Amino acid sequence: MAEKKSLGKEFTKGLLIENPVLRLVLGTCPTLATSTSMVNAIGMGISASIVLVLSNIVISALRKVIPQKVRIPAYVVIIASFVTIVQMLVKAFVPALDKTLGIYLPLIVVNCIILGRAEAFAGKNPVIASAVDGLGMGIGFTAALFCMSLIRESLGAGTMFADAQNILSLFGDNVLNGFNGINLFENAVHLQPMTLFILPAGGFFVFGLLIALANKLSAKKGLPKAELHGCEHCPMASNCSKLAEGKEEATV
Amino acid sequence: MKAMLAILLTAMITENFVLAKFLGICPFLGVSKKVNTAFGMSAAVIFVMALSTAVTYPINLLLGEKYAYLQTIVFILVIAALVQLVEIILKKYMKPLYNSLGIYLPLITTNCAVLGVVLLNIDKGYDFAHSMVNSVGAGIGFMIAMLMFAGVRDRLEDCDIPKNLRGLPSTLIAASLVSLSFLGFQGIVDGIFGG
Repeated sequence: MAEKKSLGKEFTKGLLIENPVLRLVLGTCPTLATSTSMVNAIGMGISASIVLVLSNIVISALRKVIPQKVRIPAYVVIIASFVTIVQMLVKAFVPALDKTLGIYLPLIVVNCIILGRAEAFAGKNPVIASAVDGLGMGIGFTAALFCMSLIRESLGAGTMFADAQNILSLFGDNVLNGFNGINLFENAVHLQPMTLFILPAGGFFVFGLLIALANKLSAKKGLPKAELHGCEHCPMASNCSKLAEGKEEATV
Repeated sequence: MKAMLAILLTAMITENFVLAKFLGICPFLGVSKKVNTAFGMSAAVIFVMALSTAVTYPINLLLGEKYAYLQTIVFILVIAALVQLVEIILKKYMKPLYNSLGIYLPLITTNCAVLGVVLLNIDKGYDFAHSMVNSVGAGIGFMIAMLMFAGVRDRLEDCDIPKNLRGLPSTLIAASLVSLSFLGFQGIVDGIFGG
């Protein structure tokens, strides 16, 4: 019973309290880059989650085999293999998504959430707990991306789920009666969407406000506010301390 | 030559890696608190970008169409090994350079900006010279963004910011404004070169 309870905790912590994007501030690059449209965000979230769960499972299964000194290169090889597999699957089954995500799909390999979880959790915990942790973190990442893209797409492009067929085509032709997004500004003659929100500047802005909101909510619960943990959760932690030794600031 | 200059300017300004492509956000937010740290970091980024492009270009030719799916895994390993090697060499033979750049090298290995520029060069089908120009341009663009932002953050220190926006949120909003200013350059490259 106790086992079950802690597994539930491993799962839910990734969703809220330790949300990788809004609380741990990991994986900022894909978050900002792919949240211009909801379909891209969901595609990115799911791809990264699959890699996260699979690499967590393999890394935790091999945690006693991999020597401590070469663990980072070993993790990178494992993660890169899964990224390649996911990349090939996406190319084969949802080619439209592969086109819109572009280089951000192979760049999952350097996504700090995945390497960060490998280092902070999967390398130390049993397989099932690591898989659950990966799943929770993956869903947390997808949820944060979804929130951001919801704000950015609806305000910036005036649509929701535009080009939904890019992903839905996976389940056959004409799924959901060919649903291909909602145009929020269809009947508004004098209103224009604020393009700023889908531009890079809007990405930084919305992300800043969401983190501020997360900080406010967590302050109510007495949790510390989100910081860019240059070191703590970063797989390159040992090098960050080098920065600190050189009397340089490595954290925000 | 004209094409080279256009690529250089595009990579530096209009398609700035940090502010338009969101690559290398971690060092951009993490190491931009002081101007000299920002400078050291970006100099190291320029160096690693140029070096990894020079090395991965022939490797990509070797992989060809048939093994193109191996790009990701091969590139990340080659870049990581290369950076490690350079770090060891610098430490042994060029101590002063190591002290100013070396500490940033391991941080850059798993930085998406470096893998990003390599993948982007292939994506755009550049030849060797164009790839090198693009990488150096992207690196210089990274440096411009870092230095500008370090200056902005200096000013932010003295501001009276609402409680919940203090720290990371205000930094991100400042980044948004810096990125907005770069929007002003949109079309400048086409304007100059009559693209």
